[in-house]
Amino acid sequence: MSSDRIIQVERDILGKNDRLAADNRARFQADEVLAFNLVSSPGAGKTSLLVRAVSELKNGFPIGVIEGDQQTSNDAERIRATGVAAIQVNTGKGCHLDAAMVGEAYDRLPWLNGGILFIENVGNLVCPAAFDLGEACKIVVFSTTEGEDKPLKYPDMFAASSLMLINKIDLAPVLDFDLARTVEYARRVNPGIEVLTVSARTGEGFPAFYAWIRRRGAKMKQTAMATQD
Amino acid sequence: MHEMALCEGIIGIVEEEARKRAFAKVNIVCLEIGALSHVAPEALKFCFEAVAARTIAQGARLEIVETPGTAWCMACSKSVEIKQRYEPCPSCGGHQLQVTGGEEMRVRELEVD
Repeated sequence: MSSDRIIQVERDILGKNDRLAADNRARFQADEVLAFNLVSSPGAGKTSLLVRAVSELKNGFPIGVIEGDQQTSNDAERIRATGVAAIQVNTGKGCHLDAAMVGEAYDRLPWLNGGILFIENVGNLVCPAAFDLGEACKIVVFSTTEGEDKPLKYPDMFAASSLMLINKIDLAPVLDFDLARTVEYARRVNPGIEVLTVSARTGEGFPAFYAWIRRRGAKMKQTAMATQD
Repeated sequence: MHEMALCEGIIGIVEEEARKRAFAKVNIVCLEIGALSHVAPEALKFCFEAVAARTIAQGARLEIVETPGTAWCMACSKSVEIKQRYEPCPSCGGHQLQVTGGEEMRVRELEVD
């Protein structure tokens, strides 16, 4: 006679990561830190964009950066050269940051009380979409040198992101880049996604990005006050 | 290769359940994977055997129940089925869709000895 039995489990495969992400989110909220998870394919310009943003914002708020790459600490060094604290996480064979890595890296940053945490994920438009890190939202960086149809080819990432930053906009005329088509494709997978165009090289579009960050910060404070009431 | 991380998550759940519910062998691991989730069932099956080796789930068969993608069409004010995120509403052809189901990645049940 068979002794087989069926056990009902009903548990999320990413449940452990999601619990750790919830812990991170609670810590960010307690510190009033606005955390962004920057995702893109390799070479879209996440680090150049961050170097400019942290240089221009660092006098206004405490800022910290967590850099994820398979290997090297090149990116963290580029951030530290601006005077902003950065922790490099090497994922080795891994293709994404997970919530545990971010929690440990956050421990090693100075206290960001009321400031901003930028998490630069591994350049990869697939895997990081699945892993919540505890961020306020994901920002997908897309560059004009990529095909306009990338949102359709990698829909999960564009669906998971609240903002699409279209970088290298200064190159758009040379490349015959079709902005309207890119935005239309992104909104097919995510009707609510916001879109800003920037150039990390020239600084074009950054004031609008900072205004967007300030709006997110105000929204976070409102939500926190509503929860306290 | 986030399939490896997902398989490690599955094995972690199986090992926790084995401690809680006292079983020593798993014959079948049954998963629920949504059509709009972050993984393809074939990729999971490919990785599972390698990750399960030398664990309590060694030799277990992976059974995957695929659940359909569903979305709320704001233009039609009704629920529709979609296979991919970029697909238009099958009724009106529009893209004003809010995904409502099919993102699951769950361990449903285990058949154990």
